[in-house]
Order: sequence, then C-alpha cells, then structure tokens
Amino acid sequence: MSGYSITDPTRRQKWIAGTLVVLYALITIMPLLWIFMTGFKSPVDAIAYPPKVTFQPTLEGYVNLFTTRTRVAPEQLAALPPPETWYEAIVRNRNMVIAGPSRYGQRFLNSVIIGFGSTFLSVFLGTLAAYAFSRFRVPLKDDLLFFILSTRMMPPIAVAIPIFLMFRTLGLSDTHLGMILLYTAVNISLAVWLLKGFIDEIPREYEEAALIDGYTRFQAFYKVVLPQAATGIASTAIFCLVFAWNEYAFAVLLTSGNAQTAPPFIPTIIGVGGQDWPAVAAGATIFLLPVMIFTILLRKHLLRGITFGAVRK
Amino acid sequence: MSASPIDRVAKATPPKLARKIRGLSDRTIAWIFVAPSIFLLLAVNIFPLIWTINLSFTNFKANRPGREIKYIGLRNYERILGDSDIWLTMQATAHFLFWTIALQVLIGFTLAWLINRKFKGNDLWTTIIVLPMMLSPAVVGNFWTFLYQPQIGLFNYVVSFFSGVDPSSFSMLGEVSLAPWAIVIVDTWMWTPFVMLICLAGLRSIPDYIYEAAAIDRASKWRQFWTITLPMVLPFLMLAVLFRGIENFKMFDLVVQLTGGGPGSTTELTSINLKREAFEKWRTGYASAYAIILFVTVFGLASIYVKALNKVKER
Repeated sequence: MSGYSITDPTRRQKWIAGTLVVLYALITIMPLLWIFMTGFKSPVDAIAYPPKVTFQPTLEGYVNLFTTRTRVAPEQLAALPPPETWYEAIVRNRNMVIAGPSRYGQRFLNSVIIGFGSTFLSVFLGTLAAYAFSRFRVPLKDDLLFFILSTRMMPPIAVAIPIFLMFRTLGLSDTHLGMILLYTAVNISLAVWLLKGFIDEIPREYEEAALIDGYTRFQAFYKVVLPQAATGIASTAIFCLVFAWNEYAFAVLLTSGNAQTAPPFIPTIIGVGGQDWPAVAAGATIFLLPVMIFTILLRKHLLRGITFGAVRK
Repeated sequence: MSASPIDRVAKATPPKLARKIRGLSDRTIAWIFVAPSIFLLLAVNIFPLIWTINLSFTNFKANRPGREIKYIGLRNYERILGDSDIWLTMQATAHFLFWTIALQVLIGFTLAWLINRKFKGNDLWTTIIVLPMMLSPAVVGNFWTFLYQPQIGLFNYVVSFFSGVDPSSFSMLGEVSLAPWAIVIVDTWMWTPFVMLICLAGLRSIPDYIYEAAAIDRASKWRQFWTITLPMVLPFLMLAVLFRGIENFKMFDLVVQLTGGGPGSTTELTSINLKREAFEKWRTGYASAYAIILFVTVFGLASIYVKALNKVKER
C-alpha cells in the first residue's frame, strides 16, 4: 500500500461500513443456515414454536430422504429381529420399517448426468464457435452474436410449448438426451459470449508465431489457444453446470419420471400431513452444497459469468 | 483437457485425409467451428419459434392431437388483448418488476458503496453475500414457504420479535395483501448481490485521481457523490437493471414454488399465467399467441433500453 491519501476512507468510516455489511451478510445467510440446521432436526423440533436454534441433532431427515418407509403395528415391530443398522434403528423408533430406497438418489444422479452432459457439449461447441468469432471474419458476425444472445430473452415457458410438441414427436420427452440437448442449446449463448471474451484476451501473436513455425490452424488452436484459455474454459463450464443444475421450468414441464432432475423433485418430498421439512432440508443441503463450493472457487470470475462477459472488472 | 479427443482424431486420421485438412482455408474452418452451435440454436430455438408463430394462428390443443387444426387468423391475438385477466397478470408483473428492481438497486448500490470502503475482510463477506444468487430458485423458494409459515416459520417469528405482532396472525403467502410482497422479499434476498457485484465493478473502475482532484478543488463529499460517483456508476447500474428486468419478466421457478400464483391470482405473473394456459388448460394456439406477444414486448423494450444505455455510455 502507498502512503496516506486524501481519498482513503478513515478508520471510523471503514468500521461503520464493515459493521453494516457484516450485519447484512448475517441476515442474508440466515435462510441458508436454517436449511442446513433443519436437515438435522427431528420432525418435532423442526416445527417447534418458538423456532429452535439449539436442538439434539439427528440424522432422521437424511434417513427419510433416502428411504421409503411403512408403518407397522407395535406388536409386529416387537416380533422383528433387532435392527441391524443405525438407520434402521432410527426408523424403528417411529414405529416404521424401511420399505426400500427413495427416488432421491436417482433424481440426483439425473441432475449429475444431465448437468455434466450438457456442460461438456456446450463448452465444446461454445469454444469452437467463440474461437471462430474471435479470430476470423465471420460474415454477419455481429448479427449472429446478437442472435445467439437474444435466444436468452424468451421466457422458458414460451419456448417450452413447441419443444414439448417436438420432443413428443421425436420421442425425446423425459429422456436424458432430450434434456442434455435442450440445456446445451440454452447454455451455448452464455458459453460463446464468455469464451469469446476470454479468447479475445489471448494475444493473436502467439498463434501467428505457431503458424509461422509450421503449425496448422487446428494445431495452433489446440496447442496454443486452448491451454491459454484453460481458466476461462473452466469457469465457463462451471457457469453452464450451475445453470443446468438449477434449471426448473423445462425440467418440470418436460420430465416426469425417468429423466426428472432434483429441483422439481425436492419440493415433492412429503411426509405425514404435508412436507417432511427435515427431509426436504436434507435434500436441499446435499443439492445446494456443490454450488456453494463452486461459487467460492469462482469468486474472481463471478461477475463476468453473470453478466455474459459484459462486465469484466 | 478438451484437446485430447481432437488429438486422438488427428492421430487416427490417415495421412492423405490429414493433408486435405491441413489445406482447409480459414474461412472453411470458421464455418466448421460455428456451424454446430448455429445448427443447435436453429433446431432448439428458431425452429420452435417459427412453429409457435404458426400455432398462434390456430385453435390447436396439444392434449387432443387428433383434432383437425383450423386456422383462425388473428382471433387468438384479439382475445388476449381484450382479456381483462391478462391485464391483471400484467399489473402483478409490473408490481413485481418495479419493486424488486427498486429495492435491489437501492440495497445493492448501498452495499457496493460500503464494501468499496475496503474494510478488513471485505472479500470474505462479499462471497457470503453472493451465495443466494447462485442457488436453485425452485429449491430455495420451496424452503421459503417453510420460513413464511404462520406461527412456526422463522420469518414470522423474527417479524413478531421486532414488532410485537402475533406470529400466527399473518400469513405472508396466504393473504391477498401480503403475497405480492412475499415474492418481492425473496427475490430481493436472492438477487440483490447481483446488482451489488455489478455496482462494485463500477465503483472500482473510477480512478482515485478524480476524487483527489475534486478534493483539491474543495468539492464536498456530497457533491463528489452526485457529480463523480453516481454518473460514473450509472452505465453499470443500467446494465444491472437490464439483466434483472429481463430475468424477472421471465420469472417462473421461484414464484411458482412460493405461491403458485395465488392466493387467487394475486401473484400470477405472466410466465405462470402462460403455463396455466398452455399446460393446464391446454389452449396451445392461444398460449402460442400469448408467448409471441410476450417475446415481442421483451425484445422491443430491451432494444429501446439498450439504445438508451449506449447513449449514457457515450457521454
């Protein structure tokens, strides 16, 4: 740091600003902490009044999330051999036995398959297109770029009507392939815009030197440009993944069972008399945690990703 | 990383073909690189759009594919523009748009301005504030219905703790007067960090020497704020408003989970209304016309806005 400057905030100013920001951060993090805590509460603690901050933690929510259970009569329960595992013991405490696994695991796996599948495709295609837009004189370049961006202005429901009909005709409804193609198409605009920005920043001279050394365009592209753009490609991939991971509107309209992802599924987790909040919170925690970790890893490129590369800092 | 498949292809390619590829002109390579993306967008975006335009002139119902499709001209459009329910939907959307953007700009800018005081640990706290923005709106929205429960909900408890109102006396999602605000609160909670990040970039782009010069000229802090800070952050702020405007006009997941459009139709935003017409009442032709009207509206407003934005930038 340089010495004293008249534009530097005073220590008192810093202190006041810091306190206010920390206060806001604590308020804003509260709902997320509450999700995390509710996942470890018993059903009774979860709906206690006043809301409980300290409680006896239990894994019941997580057990309920991953299993389906049936109620049995107490005398039947007593006749059963003692529970073999800790999770069976938790379920038995509620006069129930485990009937089988729930659908959460499969829905989560669908999210992973569709998320990673569409991310790979959109980053692959996006890198190629972005390189071409960045380095070559593509006819109608500005129109094409604007066209790619404008596809993001449509409300998803408006696009969903013909896509629903199209998928029905092609047999793509409720399939992984259909969802991967759809999310790729949505993400490609983001990928092209972001990656074009990243590739624009790599000096052309590097490739030109490679071309003079006898590399072909392809070789120059993958031996010189790709390694230079690695950080950009990685952060673009994470943004695409987060979008596909969080997407709800298309998922709820175009999938019902086989290819349903976690976001439409989690709100439908019900227990006795309404939503089973500890199980919902447990499902949400597992689902949200990866994105939080990615956000922390990405914090330097966050701004660029959310503004389609319009603001670079 | 992604070079390896290309590498393998290159090695597997017989020498004769390889020589041909070597000879490809830049122009050909450009098209090979751009074509797959454009093709995918044409197939999944433009073709459906044209299909929607076509359907919007028909009485087609997707739940009865066997029925004969009749072209009915502009009847769907006339019906939509004459429908008073749609205007109520538009009002709900306008209320939602206005208040979310106003609150997010106000809070987001203030936060950015405070963070720019560069107090110790501001990076850490910025990252924490940003978290809600990246999460799944459907999953988080669903959990907010729990926080909003009368009596047991955390939100009602906190409100009653500070105001003394009985926590079971009001239901944020169940009352006609409160539900529009319930969705504004959650959206503001979720998206304020977005505006904040963009404002922060704007504030950081202002070079120190401008303030130094102003201080030497004895301009008051107040005057510096209005004549330096605000005008220089304005293009950034307008960009943030553009993004939030488009996103919230499309708003679906968060509000569907929170209220489902209710109570009655007080929070039935355009996307939710459209979903009802298209996928519950199955009036496909009518909903297609509706979708086209929405698209033209967003596109038109966004274009005018971008022109204004560019003018501000040039100044």
